[in-house]
Amino acid sequence: MNSTAPPLLQVQALDVRFGRNHAVREASFHIAAGEKFALVGESGSGKSVTALALLRLVRGAQLSGSVVFDGHDLMALPEEQMRALRGARIAMVFQEPMTALNPLFTVGNQIAEVLQMHAGLEARAAHRRAIELLTRTGIADAARRADDFPHQLSGGQRQRVVIAMALACKPRLLVCDEPTTALDVTVQAQILALLDELQAEMGMALLFITHDLGLVRRFTHRVGVMERGRLVETGTTEAVFADPQHAYTKKLLASRPQRSVQPLPAQAEAQANQLLQGQGLRVEYQRRRGWWQRDVNAAVDGVDLFIRRGETLGIVGESGSGKTTLGMALLALQPLAGGDVRLGGERMDNASGPALRRLRRRMQVVFQDPFASLSPRRTVGQIVGEGLALHRPELSVAERENAVLQVLDEVGLSPRQGVEGVLQRYPHEFSGGQRQRIAIARALVVAPDLLVLDEPTSALDVSVQKQVLELLAELQRRHGLSYIFISHDLAVIRAMAHRVMVMRRGRVVEEGEAEALFAAPREAYTRELLAAALHD
Amino acid sequence: MESSTTVVDEAMARGDPEQALSPGQRAWARFKGNRIGYLSLWLFSALLLLCSVAELVSNDRPLLARHGGEFFVPMLKNPSEVALGGDFYTPTRWSDPLIEEQFSKPGNWALFTFNRHSAQSTNPFADAPVPGPPAGDHWLGTDSLGRDMVARLLYGFRVSIWFAIVLTLVGTVLGVLAGAVQGYFGGRLDLSMQRLIEVWGAVPELYLLIIFASIFEPSLLLLLVLLSLWGWIGLSDYVRAEFLRNRSLEYVKAARAMGLPHPTIIARHVLPNSLAPVITFLPFRMSGAILALTSLDFLGLGVPASTPSLGELLRQGKDNLDAWWIIVPTFLLLVGTMLLLTFIGDALRDAFDTRKT
Repeated sequence: MNSTAPPLLQVQALDVRFGRNHAVREASFHIAAGEKFALVGESGSGKSVTALALLRLVRGAQLSGSVVFDGHDLMALPEEQMRALRGARIAMVFQEPMTALNPLFTVGNQIAEVLQMHAGLEARAAHRRAIELLTRTGIADAARRADDFPHQLSGGQRQRVVIAMALACKPRLLVCDEPTTALDVTVQAQILALLDELQAEMGMALLFITHDLGLVRRFTHRVGVMERGRLVETGTTEAVFADPQHAYTKKLLASRPQRSVQPLPAQAEAQANQLLQGQGLRVEYQRRRGWWQRDVNAAVDGVDLFIRRGETLGIVGESGSGKTTLGMALLALQPLAGGDVRLGGERMDNASGPALRRLRRRMQVVFQDPFASLSPRRTVGQIVGEGLALHRPELSVAERENAVLQVLDEVGLSPRQGVEGVLQRYPHEFSGGQRQRIAIARALVVAPDLLVLDEPTSALDVSVQKQVLELLAELQRRHGLSYIFISHDLAVIRAMAHRVMVMRRGRVVEEGEAEALFAAPREAYTRELLAAALHD
Repeated sequence: MESSTTVVDEAMARGDPEQALSPGQRAWARFKGNRIGYLSLWLFSALLLLCSVAELVSNDRPLLARHGGEFFVPMLKNPSEVALGGDFYTPTRWSDPLIEEQFSKPGNWALFTFNRHSAQSTNPFADAPVPGPPAGDHWLGTDSLGRDMVARLLYGFRVSIWFAIVLTLVGTVLGVLAGAVQGYFGGRLDLSMQRLIEVWGAVPELYLLIIFASIFEPSLLLLLVLLSLWGWIGLSDYVRAEFLRNRSLEYVKAARAMGLPHPTIIARHVLPNSLAPVITFLPFRMSGAILALTSLDFLGLGVPASTPSLGELLRQGKDNLDAWWIIVPTFLLLVGTMLLLTFIGDALRDAFDTRKT
């Protein structure tokens, strides 16, 4: 932006420290009025802290540098005036709309409260204005919805309410911290369109904090790339994407998942090569209604599937589509209300005792959350060795340890790869990507035929995600593993899957070879999903 | 997922020297960081040790004695007076002037404890009113039967504290078991157990104690059994909630997918991660148990009257309000113990608070 007018927000050498920890180092950038600026970076890069520091909302931190907003130095403003400014002239939208709203008040009241506090409206006028705002943010039947409590709204609607609340006082700058990360792709697209529209209409500036490069590219004018507290590159979005200057930006741009699927051998088509078959799978959740009635809700409703040896079946769907429940049912961790699961011809869903244990060895699972999937009180050696002790009790302690070290080496955690003394260490000492590798090692150590991967990379940063995907592809090649890859992320599914199943509300909407399906989706829902997710 | 707080925590953890420690060790390090709590733990342990060896600290019989070229260990086996040159075949009363005279002869000696009184011993030779104020070798005076207050407090404290420890342990084990079964298996089993617990918890405990006290000879064991029957109820709820939460975590699912049997999963994966509230509650449960016994003794529903106990001393204090040396030290000891336990509990709670790094 080469206008001569001073920018709306001018940040000079902003520094944020938490004790010894230097969260943001000398970040300088500016945002012009009406501009959409994105701060992009991986977790721990300091992008959220930067945004919070602008509003002096970071507790226990030492701030330095200067932040000039519309002629006021925000670093020097007394707390009293700062409070008046927050929410009124600089408003924020957070990632998780459920925690941003008070569950005990109706959404209408919460918006009206902001208006009464900052704009000095009296109660009735504030309520009317709240309904207008809700209507403006695309909530149908806003007059009735205003009396709803947050839990009665869907995730997308809640985020609309949060946006309406942020817009209540017509702010000059709207700070959005990962505003769509917690939402499904189709809802994400709607929220972004809404923000775009409102921004143009009200002429406010947007500061967008995100890790999603696709979103930055589609949505913003200028972008700043952050790495470990440093703002390494700023520029117009086109320029940065077309010709990245800094090595980190290049790496970030290169870490979008690449298709790395090995074609299946020709005889794989044969019926005999089917490893796992599911017929008419149905999972029900019951909810009591009154004394005698029960609501039956089918989370998975009549799904048939099969997986060949060495094949990856991608299961894609939005939240609530039943894809995770399906995975748990295949693993016999979730009782089936109907249908059967056969692993290598043997019934798994009604097996028990030693028979079930034998089948379980052949089918393992890797979960999404690398922080919840490892028991925090056990060492890595114990975690990975546990399955071996159960399924191959004939091994001696030394043999078992050898096998564990070997599998850890295979997933990239050994002294050779610069990780020392891994057996005795605890999960909290490892990063998210490393934990996911430990989880993969735990599954791999018992030499399974099939891995259920439930969003294995969704909680990871893009560059780490790419490494983990490459590792999974490599392991598949080496061991001839079959994968059931469950994800909401179409780019990842496209990179990994031979075949794809699209699920919605417990049913399979569409199924087919990955390339064919992505090139020419038959169903309207699949097309909508693809349009929202794969924009570049 | 991404949020500013976890990012900061992670970054802080990375630069931390606490790296190679297990979660238990880190909790212990945090506990030690709380100076009041740590000091309280030491003081409490010292008190516990002191009262556990009360016979070596406060005893009317000597630890070791030599008479007429012969060694005696009266602490363990009290010789008869005849063996020490007296007239009767009854066990020696060491405060008897005749015995003292025997031991003032050359070659004879007796090694007495720090305080020369036990909880039951009285001195019929001293011509003093009871209860007697602090004087001479009764540092805190005597109670209404002429027994030494220091000894009475020490032995009473021992009864209270060990009763509380055993009661807490039994209650905790029962509570953890019930909560674990309910929380891990859930469903119908959980619901029916919950209803049973509600019925069981509605039984009026105090009436039962009164009824039992009138039927049976009250004893520590009877009290322990009766109080244990209800003592676990509050705790099982917390354990149940922790188990309900932890059993749905991904590492438990992974363990199930691995094919591990339920008892192994419970013992290895769920239980160790569900104990934080149990450990945090231990000191508070102990102080509750001490108070329970004390109040039952105070009401006369507790241990037999001859057993030294803090509640019995409080009752004596109430009956002899002019004898301040009974009620004040008992009160201070009780308050001090409660304070120590509360400080320890506070420090434990902080140490197990996962929100703190």
